[in-house]
Amino acid sequence: MIEKSLPKPFVREVARTTWYLTRRRDRMHMAQELSSIFIGGYALLLLWGVKALAAGPEAYQAFLTSLGSPLSLGLHWLVLAVTLFHTVSWFGVTPKAMPVQIGEAFLPGGIIVGGHYVVWIALSLFILFVAGVFNGG
Amino acid sequence: MARSNKPLVWSLFAAGGTVAAFVLPALVLITLMAGYGQVPASLSYEDMRTFAGGWLGKLVVFGVITLCLWHAAHRLRTALHGLGLRADGAVAVVGYGIAAAGTFLSVYYLLRI
Amino acid sequence: MSYKTIELAILRYRPETDQAPWFQDYRIPCEEDWVVLDAINYVKDHLDSTLSYRWSCHMAVCGSCGMMIDGEPRLSCKTFLRDLPEGKIRIEPLANFPIERDLVVILDDFMEKLQRVKPYIIRKEERALDQGEHLQTPAQLARFMQYTHCINCCCCYSACPQYALIPEFLGPAALALAHRYNLDSRDQGREEREEVVASNIGIWDCAFADACSLVCPKHVDPAGAIQQMKIGSTIAWYLDHLGLGRKKT
Repeated sequence: MIEKSLPKPFVREVARTTWYLTRRRDRMHMAQELSSIFIGGYALLLLWGVKALAAGPEAYQAFLTSLGSPLSLGLHWLVLAVTLFHTVSWFGVTPKAMPVQIGEAFLPGGIIVGGHYVVWIALSLFILFVAGVFNGG
Repeated sequence: MARSNKPLVWSLFAAGGTVAAFVLPALVLITLMAGYGQVPASLSYEDMRTFAGGWLGKLVVFGVITLCLWHAAHRLRTALHGLGLRADGAVAVVGYGIAAAGTFLSVYYLLRI
Repeated sequence: MSYKTIELAILRYRPETDQAPWFQDYRIPCEEDWVVLDAINYVKDHLDSTLSYRWSCHMAVCGSCGMMIDGEPRLSCKTFLRDLPEGKIRIEPLANFPIERDLVVILDDFMEKLQRVKPYIIRKEERALDQGEHLQTPAQLARFMQYTHCINCCCCYSACPQYALIPEFLGPAALALAHRYNLDSRDQGREEREEVVASNIGIWDCAFADACSLVCPKHVDPAGAIQQMKIGSTIAWYLDHLGLGRKKT
Protein backbone atom coordinates (compact mmCIF):
# COMPACT_ATOMS: atom_id res chain seq x y z
CA MET A 1 0.00 0.00 0.00
CA ILE A 2 1.48 3.32 -1.06
CA GLU A 3 1.11 5.85 1.74
CA LYS A 4 -0.48 8.93 0.26
CA SER A 5 0.73 12.12 1.83
CA LEU A 6 -2.05 14.62 1.30
CA PRO A 7 -0.77 17.98 2.43
CA LYS A 8 -4.11 19.73 2.91
CA PRO A 9 -7.36 18.46 1.42
CA PHE A 10 -10.01 21.16 1.25
CA VAL A 11 -13.49 20.26 2.45
CA ARG A 12 -16.24 22.46 1.04
CA GLU A 13 -19.09 23.56 3.32
CA VAL A 14 -22.61 22.26 2.72
CA ALA A 15 -25.42 24.79 3.11
CA ARG A 16 -27.37 22.75 5.64
CA THR A 17 -30.53 24.84 5.66
CA THR A 18 -30.67 26.18 2.10
CA TRP A 19 -29.14 23.51 -0.17
CA TYR A 20 -32.53 22.60 -1.65
CA LEU A 21 -33.18 26.12 -2.98
CA THR A 22 -30.53 26.10 -5.71
CA ARG A 23 -31.74 23.42 -8.09
CA ARG A 24 -35.25 22.80 -9.35
CA ARG A 25 -35.05 19.04 -8.71
CA ASP A 26 -34.06 19.69 -5.07
CA ARG A 27 -36.91 22.21 -4.65
CA MET A 28 -39.36 19.67 -6.06
CA HIS A 29 -38.06 17.01 -3.69
CA MET A 30 -38.42 19.27 -0.65
CA ALA A 31 -41.93 20.26 -1.82
CA GLN A 32 -42.88 16.58 -1.98
CA GLU A 33 -41.47 16.01 1.50
CA LEU A 34 -43.37 19.00 2.91
CA SER A 35 -46.62 17.92 1.23
CA SER A 36 -46.86 15.46 4.09
CA ILE A 37 -47.67 18.34 6.48
CA PHE A 38 -50.96 18.84 4.66
CA ILE A 39 -51.68 15.12 4.48
CA GLY A 40 -51.11 14.80 8.22
CA GLY A 41 -53.13 17.94 8.85
CA TYR A 42 -56.07 16.64 6.84
CA ALA A 43 -55.90 13.32 8.70
CA LEU A 44 -56.19 15.30 11.95
CA LEU A 45 -59.24 17.07 10.51
CA LEU A 46 -60.81 13.68 9.77
CA LEU A 47 -59.94 12.60 13.30
CA TRP A 48 -61.71 15.67 14.66
CA GLY A 49 -64.71 14.72 12.52
CA VAL A 50 -64.73 11.21 13.98
CA LYS A 51 -64.56 12.72 17.46
CA ALA A 52 -67.55 14.89 16.66
CA LEU A 53 -69.40 11.92 15.15
CA ALA A 54 -68.83 9.93 18.32
CA ALA A 55 -69.93 12.82 20.53
CA GLY A 56 -73.41 13.20 19.07
CA PRO A 57 -75.57 15.01 16.48
CA GLU A 58 -74.98 18.55 17.82
CA ALA A 59 -71.21 18.12 17.90
CA TYR A 60 -71.24 16.58 14.42
CA GLN A 61 -73.36 19.41 13.02
CA ALA A 62 -70.97 21.92 14.59
CA PHE A 63 -68.13 20.11 12.83
CA LEU A 64 -69.88 20.29 9.46
CA THR A 65 -70.63 23.98 10.00
CA SER A 66 -67.03 24.77 10.87
CA LEU A 67 -65.97 23.28 7.54
CA GLY A 68 -67.56 26.37 5.99
CA SER A 69 -65.37 28.93 7.73
CA PRO A 70 -63.20 31.03 5.40
CA LEU A 71 -60.07 29.53 6.98
CA SER A 72 -61.35 26.00 6.40
CA LEU A 73 -62.33 26.72 2.79
CA GLY A 74 -59.00 28.36 2.06
CA LEU A 75 -57.06 25.50 3.61
CA HIS A 76 -59.22 22.99 1.75
CA TRP A 77 -58.27 24.43 -1.63
CA LEU A 78 -54.60 24.34 -0.58
CA VAL A 79 -54.90 20.77 0.70
CA LEU A 80 -56.69 19.73 -2.50
CA ALA A 81 -53.83 21.08 -4.60
CA VAL A 82 -51.23 19.44 -2.36
CA THR A 83 -52.96 16.03 -2.30
CA LEU A 84 -53.17 16.09 -6.10
CA PHE A 85 -49.46 16.99 -6.18
CA HIS A 86 -48.79 14.05 -3.85
CA THR A 87 -50.84 11.66 -5.99
CA VAL A 88 -49.05 12.65 -9.19
CA SER A 89 -45.56 12.47 -7.69
CA TRP A 90 -46.30 9.23 -5.78
CA PHE A 91 -47.66 7.45 -8.87
CA GLY A 92 -44.77 8.77 -10.95
CA VAL A 93 -42.12 6.81 -9.09
CA THR A 94 -43.92 3.46 -8.93
CA PRO A 95 -42.08 2.00 -11.98
CA LYS A 96 -38.76 2.60 -10.20
CA ALA A 97 -39.85 0.87 -7.01
CA MET A 98 -41.75 -1.98 -8.68
CA PRO A 99 -40.27 -2.85 -12.07
CA VAL A 100 -42.26 -5.56 -13.83
CA GLN A 101 -40.13 -7.93 -15.88
CA ILE A 102 -41.79 -9.95 -18.61
CA GLY A 103 -39.32 -12.32 -20.24
CA GLU A 104 -36.27 -10.27 -21.10
CA ALA A 105 -38.10 -6.97 -21.28
CA PHE A 106 -39.60 -4.67 -18.71
CA LEU A 107 -43.15 -3.33 -18.72
CA PRO A 108 -42.98 0.30 -19.85
CA GLY A 109 -43.18 2.65 -16.90
CA GLY A 110 -46.05 4.49 -18.53
CA ILE A 111 -48.25 1.43 -18.25
CA ILE A 112 -47.54 1.02 -14.55
CA VAL A 113 -48.20 4.70 -13.88
CA GLY A 114 -51.24 4.69 -16.16
CA GLY A 115 -52.65 1.70 -14.34
CA HIS A 116 -52.42 3.61 -11.07
CA TYR A 117 -54.32 6.54 -12.55
CA VAL A 118 -57.07 4.24 -13.85
CA VAL A 119 -57.53 2.70 -10.40
CA TRP A 120 -57.37 6.15 -8.79
CA ILE A 121 -60.06 7.62 -11.01
CA ALA A 122 -62.32 4.58 -10.57
CA LEU A 123 -61.82 4.57 -6.80
CA SER A 124 -62.38 8.34 -6.53
CA LEU A 125 -65.62 8.11 -8.50
CA PHE A 126 -66.71 5.23 -6.28
CA ILE A 127 -65.97 7.21 -3.11
CA LEU A 128 -67.84 10.24 -4.44
CA PHE A 129 -70.76 8.03 -5.48
CA VAL A 130 -70.97 6.29 -2.10
CA ALA A 131 -70.80 9.70 -0.40
CA GLY A 132 -73.87 10.70 -2.36
CA VAL A 133 -72.21 13.46 -4.35
CA PHE A 134 -74.03 12.42 -7.52
CA ASN A 135 -77.47 12.30 -5.90
CA GLY A 136 -78.12 15.90 -6.78
CA GLY A 137 -79.51 18.52 -4.37
CA MET B 1 -23.37 -2.79 11.86
CA ALA B 2 -26.85 -3.47 13.16
CA ARG B 3 -29.83 -3.85 10.89
CA SER B 4 -32.07 -0.87 11.16
CA ASN B 5 -35.61 -0.98 12.53
CA LYS B 6 -36.61 1.72 10.08
CA PRO B 7 -38.63 -0.85 8.05
CA LEU B 8 -41.41 -0.53 10.63
CA VAL B 9 -41.95 3.19 10.22
CA TRP B 10 -41.05 3.10 6.55
CA SER B 11 -43.75 0.53 5.81
CA LEU B 12 -46.28 2.76 7.57
CA PHE B 13 -44.98 5.71 5.54
CA ALA B 14 -45.29 3.76 2.28
CA ALA B 15 -48.75 2.40 3.11
CA GLY B 16 -49.90 5.85 4.22
CA GLY B 17 -48.54 7.49 1.10
CA THR B 18 -50.34 4.96 -1.07
CA VAL B 19 -53.63 5.38 0.79
CA ALA B 20 -53.28 9.16 0.68
CA ALA B 21 -52.53 9.13 -3.05
CA PHE B 22 -55.58 6.99 -3.84
CA VAL B 23 -58.28 8.36 -1.55
CA LEU B 24 -57.41 11.79 -0.19
CA PRO B 25 -58.21 13.92 -3.25
CA ALA B 26 -61.77 12.52 -3.33
CA LEU B 27 -62.18 12.93 0.44
CA VAL B 28 -60.89 16.51 0.35
CA LEU B 29 -63.35 17.24 -2.44
CA ILE B 30 -66.17 15.88 -0.26
CA THR B 31 -65.33 17.96 2.82
CA LEU B 32 -64.74 20.96 0.55
CA MET B 33 -68.24 20.57 -0.86
CA ALA B 34 -69.61 20.19 2.65
CA GLY B 35 -67.87 23.44 3.55
CA TYR B 36 -69.70 25.22 0.75
CA GLY B 37 -73.02 23.95 2.12
CA GLN B 38 -73.36 21.20 -0.46
CA VAL B 39 -73.19 18.44 2.13
CA PRO B 40 -73.19 15.12 0.24
CA ALA B 41 -76.11 12.95 1.32
CA SER B 42 -74.14 10.19 2.98
CA LEU B 43 -72.29 12.70 5.16
CA SER B 44 -75.40 13.07 7.29
CA TYR B 45 -75.13 12.16 10.95
CA GLU B 46 -77.33 9.07 10.60
CA ASP B 47 -75.55 7.72 7.52
CA MET B 48 -72.10 8.35 8.98
CA ARG B 49 -73.05 6.68 12.27
CA THR B 50 -74.27 3.68 10.26
CA PHE B 51 -71.08 3.58 8.22
CA ALA B 52 -68.76 3.93 11.18
CA GLY B 53 -70.96 1.61 13.21
CA GLY B 54 -69.96 -1.43 11.22
CA TRP B 55 -66.56 -3.07 11.53
CA LEU B 56 -65.70 -2.41 7.88
CA GLY B 57 -66.46 1.28 8.23
CA LYS B 58 -64.39 1.47 11.40
CA LEU B 59 -61.51 -0.27 9.64
CA VAL B 60 -61.64 2.08 6.67
CA VAL B 61 -61.79 5.22 8.82
CA PHE B 62 -59.05 3.94 11.13
CA GLY B 63 -56.87 2.94 8.19
CA VAL B 64 -57.13 6.25 6.36
CA ILE B 65 -56.57 8.45 9.41
CA THR B 66 -53.74 6.52 11.07
CA LEU B 67 -51.80 5.59 7.93
CA CYS B 68 -51.86 9.22 6.78
CA LEU B 69 -50.63 10.33 10.23
CA TRP B 70 -47.72 7.86 10.22
CA HIS B 71 -46.90 8.80 6.63
CA ALA B 72 -46.67 12.45 7.61
CA ALA B 73 -44.71 11.75 10.79
CA HIS B 74 -42.00 9.81 8.97
CA ARG B 75 -41.79 12.07 5.93
CA LEU B 76 -41.61 15.22 8.06
CA ARG B 77 -38.83 13.63 10.10
CA THR B 78 -36.78 13.31 6.89
CA ALA B 79 -37.82 16.76 5.68
CA LEU B 80 -36.83 18.50 8.91
CA HIS B 81 -33.44 16.81 8.79
CA GLY B 82 -33.06 18.09 5.23
CA LEU B 83 -34.02 21.57 6.39
CA GLY B 84 -31.08 21.52 8.78
CA LEU B 85 -32.70 20.34 12.01
CA ARG B 86 -30.18 17.79 13.26
CA ALA B 87 -32.00 16.63 16.40
CA ASP B 88 -33.37 13.57 14.61
CA GLY B 89 -34.10 11.69 17.80
CA ALA B 90 -36.24 14.48 19.25
CA VAL B 91 -38.06 15.02 15.96
CA ALA B 92 -38.79 11.29 15.74
CA VAL B 93 -40.19 11.14 19.26
CA VAL B 94 -42.44 14.17 18.73
CA GLY B 95 -43.60 13.15 15.27
CA TYR B 96 -44.24 9.49 15.96
CA GLY B 97 -45.71 10.51 19.31
CA ILE B 98 -48.36 12.61 17.59
CA ALA B 99 -49.07 9.78 15.16
CA ALA B 100 -49.35 7.33 18.05
CA ALA B 101 -51.69 9.67 19.92
CA GLY B 102 -53.82 10.00 16.79
CA THR B 103 -53.87 6.23 16.41
CA PHE B 104 -55.02 5.76 19.99
CA LEU B 105 -57.65 8.50 19.74
CA SER B 106 -59.10 7.18 16.49
CA VAL B 107 -59.56 3.76 18.12
CA TYR B 108 -61.06 5.41 21.20
CA TYR B 109 -63.57 7.49 19.25
CA LEU B 110 -64.48 4.74 16.79
CA LEU B 111 -65.22 2.33 19.61
CA ARG B 112 -67.77 4.85 20.92
CA ILE B 113 -69.77 4.74 17.68
CA MET C 1 -10.20 29.14 -37.87
CA SER C 2 -11.97 28.04 -34.69
CA TYR C 3 -15.73 27.96 -34.18
CA LYS C 4 -15.73 30.59 -31.45
CA THR C 5 -14.04 31.81 -28.28
CA ILE C 6 -15.35 30.67 -24.94
CA GLU C 7 -14.59 31.53 -21.34
CA LEU C 8 -14.00 29.03 -18.58
CA ALA C 9 -13.90 29.71 -14.85
CA ILE C 10 -12.06 26.78 -13.29
CA LEU C 11 -11.75 26.28 -9.54
CA ARG C 12 -8.09 26.03 -8.59
CA TYR C 13 -6.58 24.74 -5.37
CA ARG C 14 -2.92 24.14 -4.72
CA PRO C 15 -2.57 22.72 -1.22
CA GLU C 16 1.05 23.85 -0.90
CA THR C 17 0.24 27.51 -1.46
CA ASP C 18 -3.53 28.13 -1.23
CA GLN C 19 -5.61 28.55 1.92
CA ALA C 20 -8.84 28.14 -0.04
CA PRO C 21 -9.93 27.39 -3.60
CA TRP C 22 -10.31 30.25 -6.08
CA PHE C 23 -11.57 30.65 -9.63
CA GLN C 24 -9.17 31.18 -12.52
CA ASP C 25 -10.51 32.46 -15.84
CA TYR C 26 -9.38 31.23 -19.23
CA ARG C 27 -10.40 32.37 -22.72
CA ILE C 28 -9.90 29.72 -25.36
CA PRO C 29 -10.79 29.07 -29.01
CA CYS C 30 -12.94 26.00 -29.46
CA GLU C 31 -14.47 23.84 -32.16
CA GLU C 32 -18.18 23.20 -32.65
CA ASP C 33 -17.96 19.53 -31.73
CA TRP C 34 -15.90 19.94 -28.57
CA VAL C 35 -16.81 18.66 -25.19
CA VAL C 36 -15.79 20.37 -21.95
CA LEU C 37 -12.88 17.93 -21.62
CA ASP C 38 -11.48 19.16 -24.96
CA ALA C 39 -11.61 22.73 -23.63
CA ILE C 40 -9.82 21.74 -20.41
CA ASN C 41 -7.20 19.80 -22.38
CA TYR C 42 -6.63 22.91 -24.50
CA VAL C 43 -6.00 24.92 -21.31
CA LYS C 44 -3.54 22.30 -20.09
CA ASP C 45 -1.75 21.97 -23.42
CA HIS C 46 -1.52 25.65 -24.39
CA LEU C 47 -2.27 27.99 -21.49
CA ASP C 48 -1.63 26.49 -18.08
CA SER C 49 0.15 23.18 -17.64
CA THR C 50 -0.29 23.38 -13.86
CA LEU C 51 -4.00 22.55 -14.07
CA SER C 52 -4.69 19.11 -12.55
CA TYR C 53 -7.67 16.93 -13.43
CA ARG C 54 -8.60 13.33 -14.13
CA TRP C 55 -9.62 11.91 -17.49
CA SER C 56 -8.92 8.83 -19.57
CA CYS C 57 -11.18 7.29 -22.19
CA HIS C 58 -12.89 10.45 -23.51
CA MET C 59 -15.91 8.28 -24.35
CA ALA C 60 -17.94 8.02 -21.14
CA VAL C 61 -16.94 4.51 -20.14
CA CYS C 62 -14.09 4.94 -17.67
CA GLY C 63 -15.75 7.27 -15.17
CA SER C 64 -12.61 9.37 -14.58
CA CYS C 65 -13.67 12.84 -15.72
CA GLY C 66 -16.59 13.60 -13.43
CA MET C 67 -16.72 17.25 -12.38
CA MET C 68 -19.20 20.05 -11.60
CA ILE C 69 -20.05 21.89 -14.82
CA ASP C 70 -22.23 24.95 -14.17
CA GLY C 71 -23.11 23.43 -10.81
CA GLU C 72 -24.17 20.00 -12.12
CA PRO C 73 -22.10 16.80 -11.69
CA ARG C 74 -21.35 15.62 -15.20
CA LEU C 75 -18.73 13.77 -17.24
CA SER C 76 -16.63 16.43 -18.94
CA CYS C 77 -16.15 14.10 -21.95
CA LYS C 78 -19.90 13.81 -22.40
CA THR C 79 -20.83 17.47 -21.98
CA PHE C 80 -20.89 19.24 -25.32
CA LEU C 81 -20.01 22.95 -25.35
CA ARG C 82 -22.82 23.58 -27.82
CA ASP C 83 -25.36 22.29 -25.27
CA LEU C 84 -24.27 24.70 -22.55
CA PRO C 85 -25.81 28.17 -22.21
CA GLU C 86 -23.91 31.20 -23.45
CA GLY C 87 -21.46 32.79 -21.07
CA LYS C 88 -18.66 31.71 -18.80
CA ILE C 89 -18.62 27.99 -18.03
CA ARG C 90 -18.07 27.29 -14.35
CA ILE C 91 -15.99 24.18 -13.72
CA GLU C 92 -15.42 22.82 -10.23
CA PRO C 93 -14.39 19.50 -8.71
CA LEU C 94 -17.10 16.95 -7.84
CA ALA C 95 -19.17 18.15 -4.89
CA ASN C 96 -19.27 16.33 -1.55
CA PHE C 97 -15.67 15.12 -1.83
CA PRO C 98 -12.56 16.77 -0.36
CA ILE C 99 -10.46 18.59 -2.93
CA GLU C 100 -6.95 17.23 -3.33
CA ARG C 101 -5.75 19.65 -6.01
CA ASP C 102 -7.64 21.71 -8.61
CA LEU C 103 -10.28 19.42 -10.11
CA VAL C 104 -8.97 16.26 -8.44
CA VAL C 105 -11.02 15.02 -5.48
CA ILE C 106 -10.23 12.40 -2.87
CA LEU C 107 -12.41 9.37 -3.56
CA ASP C 108 -11.15 7.14 -0.74
CA ASP C 109 -14.51 7.20 1.05
CA PHE C 110 -16.28 5.98 -2.07
CA MET C 111 -13.70 3.25 -2.69
CA GLU C 112 -14.07 1.97 0.85
CA LYS C 113 -17.84 1.94 0.66
CA LEU C 114 -17.80 0.00 -2.62
CA GLN C 115 -15.89 -2.78 -0.91
CA ARG C 116 -18.18 -2.83 2.11
CA VAL C 117 -21.17 -4.05 0.11
CA LYS C 118 -19.24 -7.19 -0.96
CA PRO C 119 -19.55 -6.62 -4.70
CA TYR C 120 -18.81 -10.16 -5.86
CA ILE C 121 -20.68 -13.43 -6.31
CA ILE C 122 -21.15 -15.04 -2.90
CA ARG C 123 -22.06 -18.72 -2.81
CA LYS C 124 -23.21 -20.75 0.17
CA GLU C 125 -21.33 -23.60 -1.42
CA GLU C 126 -18.92 -23.06 -4.26
CA ARG C 127 -19.73 -24.87 -7.47
CA ALA C 128 -17.38 -27.79 -8.11
CA LEU C 129 -15.35 -27.60 -11.32
CA ASP C 130 -16.88 -30.72 -12.76
CA GLN C 131 -20.35 -29.18 -12.35
CA GLY C 132 -19.39 -26.80 -15.10
CA GLU C 133 -20.16 -23.13 -15.34
CA HIS C 134 -23.15 -21.26 -13.90
CA LEU C 135 -25.92 -21.19 -16.46
CA GLN C 136 -27.97 -18.06 -16.80
CA THR C 137 -30.87 -17.33 -19.12
CA PRO C 138 -31.14 -14.02 -20.98
CA ALA C 139 -34.10 -13.17 -18.73
CA GLN C 140 -32.01 -13.76 -15.60
CA LEU C 141 -29.29 -11.53 -17.05
CA ALA C 142 -31.81 -8.83 -17.99
CA ARG C 143 -32.95 -8.72 -14.36
CA PHE C 144 -29.72 -7.12 -13.14
CA MET C 145 -28.07 -5.91 -16.37
CA GLN C 146 -28.94 -2.24 -15.85
CA TYR C 147 -27.10 -2.13 -12.52
CA THR C 148 -23.87 -3.45 -14.08
CA HIS C 149 -23.52 -0.29 -16.13
CA CYS C 150 -22.09 1.82 -13.30
CA ILE C 151 -18.71 3.31 -14.26
CA ASN C 152 -17.94 4.57 -10.74
CA CYS C 153 -17.86 8.20 -11.86
CA CYS C 154 -19.29 9.41 -8.52
CA CYS C 155 -21.63 11.94 -10.14
CA CYS C 156 -24.42 10.41 -8.07
CA TYR C 157 -22.56 11.09 -4.82
CA SER C 158 -22.15 14.70 -5.86
CA ALA C 159 -25.85 15.07 -6.56
CA CYS C 160 -27.10 13.21 -3.49
CA PRO C 161 -28.34 15.60 -0.77
CA GLN C 162 -28.19 12.86 1.83
CA TYR C 163 -24.51 12.14 1.12
CA ALA C 164 -23.89 15.87 1.42
CA LEU C 165 -25.61 16.00 4.82
CA ILE C 166 -24.66 12.55 6.14
CA PRO C 167 -21.07 11.61 5.18
CA GLU C 168 -21.49 8.10 6.61
CA PHE C 169 -24.19 7.26 4.07
CA LEU C 170 -23.10 4.38 1.83
CA GLY C 171 -24.38 6.27 -1.18
CA PRO C 172 -26.15 5.53 -4.48
CA ALA C 173 -23.45 3.70 -6.47
CA ALA C 174 -22.42 1.34 -3.66
CA LEU C 175 -26.06 0.45 -2.95
CA ALA C 176 -26.88 -0.01 -6.64
CA LEU C 177 -23.90 -2.34 -6.85
CA ALA C 178 -25.20 -4.36 -3.90
CA HIS C 179 -28.54 -4.61 -5.70
CA ARG C 180 -26.74 -5.77 -8.88
CA TYR C 181 -25.38 -8.77 -7.00
CA ASN C 182 -28.56 -9.42 -5.04
CA LEU C 183 -30.45 -9.70 -8.32
CA ASP C 184 -27.85 -11.96 -9.95
CA SER C 185 -29.19 -15.52 -10.12
CA ARG C 186 -25.69 -16.87 -9.45
CA ASP C 187 -25.45 -14.99 -6.16
CA GLN C 188 -26.52 -16.25 -2.74
CA GLY C 189 -25.10 -13.42 -0.68
CA ARG C 190 -28.09 -11.15 -0.05
CA GLU C 191 -28.16 -12.00 3.64
CA GLU C 192 -24.47 -11.17 4.04
CA ARG C 193 -24.91 -7.83 2.33
CA GLU C 194 -27.99 -6.97 4.41
CA GLU C 195 -25.83 -6.35 7.47
CA VAL C 196 -24.44 -3.24 5.78
CA VAL C 197 -27.14 -2.51 3.21
CA ALA C 198 -30.04 -2.62 5.67
CA SER C 199 -28.19 -0.66 8.33
CA ASN C 200 -28.95 2.93 9.25
CA ILE C 201 -26.22 4.16 6.91
CA GLY C 202 -27.36 1.95 4.07
CA ILE C 203 -30.66 2.15 2.23
CA TRP C 204 -32.41 3.74 5.22
CA ASP C 205 -30.45 6.97 4.87
CA CYS C 206 -31.88 7.46 1.39
CA ALA C 207 -34.68 10.02 1.18
CA PHE C 208 -35.53 9.21 -2.45
CA ALA C 209 -34.55 12.63 -3.76
CA ASP C 210 -33.83 10.84 -7.07
CA ALA C 211 -31.00 13.28 -7.85
CA CYS C 212 -28.60 10.37 -8.31
CA SER C 213 -30.65 8.81 -11.09
CA LEU C 214 -31.18 12.15 -12.77
CA VAL C 215 -27.43 12.83 -13.11
CA CYS C 216 -26.23 9.28 -13.82
CA PRO C 217 -24.54 9.31 -17.26
CA LYS C 218 -25.13 5.55 -17.70
CA HIS C 219 -28.81 5.49 -16.64
CA VAL C 220 -28.16 3.00 -13.87
CA ASP C 221 -31.03 4.40 -11.77
CA PRO C 222 -29.52 3.87 -8.31
CA ALA C 223 -32.60 5.47 -6.74
CA GLY C 224 -34.75 2.71 -8.19
CA ALA C 225 -32.31 0.10 -6.94
CA ILE C 226 -32.48 1.52 -3.42
CA GLN C 227 -36.29 1.69 -3.36
CA GLN C 228 -36.48 -1.93 -4.55
CA MET C 229 -34.11 -2.91 -1.74
CA LYS C 230 -36.20 -0.97 0.79
CA ILE C 231 -39.24 -3.02 -0.18
CA GLY C 232 -37.29 -6.30 -0.09
CA SER C 233 -35.66 -5.48 3.24
CA THR C 234 -38.99 -4.39 4.75
CA ILE C 235 -40.66 -7.65 3.78
CA ALA C 236 -37.66 -9.54 5.20
CA TRP C 237 -37.83 -7.46 8.40
CA TYR C 238 -41.51 -8.33 8.96
CA LEU C 239 -40.92 -12.01 8.20
CA ASP C 240 -38.00 -12.03 10.65
CA HIS C 241 -39.99 -10.35 13.39
CA LEU C 242 -42.96 -12.63 12.85
CA GLY C 243 -40.66 -15.62 13.15
CA LEU C 244 -41.26 -16.63 9.54
CA GLY C 245 -37.94 -15.49 8.23
CA ARG C 246 -34.69 -17.01 7.25
CA LYS C 247 -33.20 -19.84 9.29
CA LYS C 248 -30.55 -18.50 11.60
CA THR C 249 -27.28 -20.35 11.05
